[in-house]
Amino acid sequence: MLGPITIQDDRVTFWKKIQQMNYGLILLICLIAGVGFTALYSAAGGDVDPWASRQFMRFVFCLGVMFVVAMIGIHWWFRLSYLTYFGGLVLLVYVEIMGHIGMGAQRWINLGFMNVQPSELMKIAVVMALARYFHTATLDDVRRIRFLLVPAAIIVTPVALVLLQPDLGTSLMIVMAGGAMFFMAGVPLWMFGVLGGVALASLPVAWQFMHEYQKKRVMTFLDPESDPLGSGYHITQSKIALGSGGIDGKGFLQGTQSHLNFLPEKQTDFIFTLWAEEWGLLGGLALLALFGLVFLYGIWISFRCRHGYGRMLALGLTVNLSLYVFINIGMVMGLIPVVGAPLPLVSYGGTAMLSAMIGFGLIMSCNIHRDAKLARMQ
Amino acid sequence: MKRQDSDRSRVFTRRAVVVGVMQGALLAVLGGRLAWLQVAEGSRYRMLSDKNRINIKMLAPSRGQIVDRYGVPLAVNDQNFRVLLIPEQTDDLEKSLRHLQKVISLEEQDIKRVLKQAKGKPAFLPIEVRDQLSWTELARIEVNLTELPGLTIDVGELRSYPLGRATSHLVGYVGAVSPSDLRDGDPMLSLPGFRIGKTGAERAFDEDLRGKAGSSEVEVNVVGREVRELKRSPSNAGDKVTLTVDAELQRFVQSRLEQETSASAVIMDAYTGAVYALASGPGFDPNLLTRGISAQQWEELVSDPTFPLNNKAVAGQYPPGSTFKMITALAGLENHHVTRNTTVFCPGHYRYGEDLFHCWSRGGHGTVDVVGALAESCDVFFYKVSTDIGIESIAEMAHRFGLGQTFGFELREESPGLVPDKEWKMGHFGKPWQPGETIVASIGQGYLQATPLQLAVMTARLVNGGHAVEPWITGFVGDRVGKDVVWPKIGVGRHNLDLVVRGMNAVMLGPRGTAHASQIETPGLQMGGKTGTSQVRRITVQDRLEGVRNEDLPWKFRHHALFVGYAPFDRPQYVCAVVVEHGGSGSGTAAPVARDLLLEAQRRAPAKVPLRPGGYRNVGTGVTPPPRKPKGT
Repeated sequence: MLGPITIQDDRVTFWKKIQQMNYGLILLICLIAGVGFTALYSAAGGDVDPWASRQFMRFVFCLGVMFVVAMIGIHWWFRLSYLTYFGGLVLLVYVEIMGHIGMGAQRWINLGFMNVQPSELMKIAVVMALARYFHTATLDDVRRIRFLLVPAAIIVTPVALVLLQPDLGTSLMIVMAGGAMFFMAGVPLWMFGVLGGVALASLPVAWQFMHEYQKKRVMTFLDPESDPLGSGYHITQSKIALGSGGIDGKGFLQGTQSHLNFLPEKQTDFIFTLWAEEWGLLGGLALLALFGLVFLYGIWISFRCRHGYGRMLALGLTVNLSLYVFINIGMVMGLIPVVGAPLPLVSYGGTAMLSAMIGFGLIMSCNIHRDAKLARMQ
Repeated sequence: MKRQDSDRSRVFTRRAVVVGVMQGALLAVLGGRLAWLQVAEGSRYRMLSDKNRINIKMLAPSRGQIVDRYGVPLAVNDQNFRVLLIPEQTDDLEKSLRHLQKVISLEEQDIKRVLKQAKGKPAFLPIEVRDQLSWTELARIEVNLTELPGLTIDVGELRSYPLGRATSHLVGYVGAVSPSDLRDGDPMLSLPGFRIGKTGAERAFDEDLRGKAGSSEVEVNVVGREVRELKRSPSNAGDKVTLTVDAELQRFVQSRLEQETSASAVIMDAYTGAVYALASGPGFDPNLLTRGISAQQWEELVSDPTFPLNNKAVAGQYPPGSTFKMITALAGLENHHVTRNTTVFCPGHYRYGEDLFHCWSRGGHGTVDVVGALAESCDVFFYKVSTDIGIESIAEMAHRFGLGQTFGFELREESPGLVPDKEWKMGHFGKPWQPGETIVASIGQGYLQATPLQLAVMTARLVNGGHAVEPWITGFVGDRVGKDVVWPKIGVGRHNLDLVVRGMNAVMLGPRGTAHASQIETPGLQMGGKTGTSQVRRITVQDRLEGVRNEDLPWKFRHHALFVGYAPFDRPQYVCAVVVEHGGSGSGTAAPVARDLLLEAQRRAPAKVPLRPGGYRNVGTGVTPPPRKPKGT
């Protein structure tokens, strides 16, 4: 189906690549990860164990992964896009089958040294596959519905598999990231309108298919204080922790809500709450600013890129990252329902860190190889 | 193609900018939300956060001590060593307890109770396994502590009464808070293990002794485990209560009373009304009640026919018998029906209408005047006087001397006794007063009832020149003076009182006095007084014909033996009332007791030691001898 790919120019030397690394971005990443270590140190009651130390080692490992990913020529990634995507699908199906065989809702693959969540990697793979697909797409192409069937399938297939897990949050994120890719590829706005209308209309139907706990989460989101001891508890306690932090916070290691265990999942999903309780509005805004700068960096790289694949990839990954940030922080502040989404680089957890760093590696690869000439499809 | 490329590039750029702006907008929303929560709503959430984490605990105050006038402790707080089990610190609760069982004695039911309690509580809350560990047990646990995971030793307070039985009624005891006590609204009462005064001084001064609870603000985590203490305002120990009593005298009185089957006595100051000793026998060990009494021991206490739990000195009501004759005499004297020269011939009985009233002396006393009638306790003299003056005069005089009323005495067990009159009888029985009843009342029999405390007060008023003293035991509460009053006169002529006291002196000193045999031989310490023997059971005609002797009757039908006395007889300082239940006769049983008590009271001479807050000795610094000063004028 796909024609041969000719690599016309890739003569960027090793040292050139090292020079072209985005050290500003790396600094930002390190700062954000630093926030994570600090918060995890505090979450453990002022101890590097059990979280901060392991998180740091993972970060070092992931930093290495990021460098390798960045150094690899963009044409390799271009070529591997579909393969990665299909590999991700296979893993998704694998966990699905394993789950059915008898381990309940299974989202993980144990690699021994770390647990990998295929759905996490799938988010990157979807962006890669779509970037690859839209790489040569003309404006005329993206106006043809038939042309859009394949990328729609690229999105829907993993979404369906993730929904089966069931993981509503991740599937929504894939849909949103995919939607953003469509948008940037130049798909006409009316199509988004129609799709949005259809989605809205099918909401009641979707409600029927939702699991009880998912329905409950939506309900509690709508009125968290109605059930302060039940499922609204997390949101209420998180808001209390945040609010009581005030402008300058309660001080490092002084976050009472988090240290006294009123805050659930303080080291993973609610890490931002702990951070903002202890460092206040100033600390919270600083972290948001760091993320903002990272997003800007991603957009800037996307603009500098001279091939469609790179542009789409860099921006798509940036959007992907920002979705994590918005969903996680929005959730802990009670803006959106509780969905299990980690805060990239800050939350304790291996897969999230790895997928974020791979994402950054790819973005940097786009920057380093921004002038690479990637063949069009014939 | 080129053109298409640039078109596409333009669209991409435009849309990328849109995406960027949207990201920026969302970031702004997040920042705004954060600011809203932390600034606008900050104080509300801060409050919620504090409420979340702060638990206010009440700290039980240390109960105030009760000491005697010298500072000798009567009620103190002993350290109570307890062994506690913290379930989370051991893997196997039962194993720890079984191990403990090898180290100290531990009931099987205690183990069951602890295991049961452990189920319903968070694992970090300690459970009391046993308290009141002895030093030996404590040492054994300490040594084995490493092999007793989860067990710790803790020290609490346990009320203790160093004088034991001697203060069983005077000081009383403390006990667990009962549901009815909770109505007083003090939140302290709901503290686990809180004890309040149940009887005696412990009850009377309970609110002063309690003290003020402190509070401790502790930070707790989500399951209520204490993380650290934020603020502590210490509790204030209760006030030290200094009683007017003399502990040594009290101890003496108690042991003297315990020689009788059932008896009670009060020693008080004739002028101030301060009580020096107040005891009721048999007593009980109040420490048993604070440390845990077995059901069997309790059953024995409750069912004992001598009522060891009752404070008979203030609650026991007895016909005063001949000790009442001073009242009849004074009623006659004050009504001018009797003068010092009035004489009555006693043939051994008195006829009134159809009825014959016997004198205790079957042979009669011959011609007697007031002094002689009191000294020999001639009934006929008083029969005669009473029929002349009537019950109302007698009752009125009895009230002036403190009978038939309560004094608002600190020990709330106080009973009012009974002084009957016409109105009372009509109200109580719906029948008119019979003249014969006046005759019976004149010698303290019939409906008349008096407590030993009232008899002591009566005696004090007789010998102190007619001042209306009332009894009290509060020396100081903390630094506050307990009693500071000048007693008013009761309005009885001094010469009449002197006459009656002469008669009472003659009871002891006169050769024919009924209690002559019990006189104190030591010069300067001699006493005066009056015997009383009151019938429990009516002496029937048949009894008299058969010559039934009282001492042959079952114990509970024998006469009560009473004695009221004072010493020294020429300048009375100490008055004393003794009632020996079913003791047979006042002169034979009660008078010797009273003699011993008054002798000891004079030897101890507590009246010479002015009251001071907390007495003269501070616990831990040894005994400061009380200052002696010469007796005042």
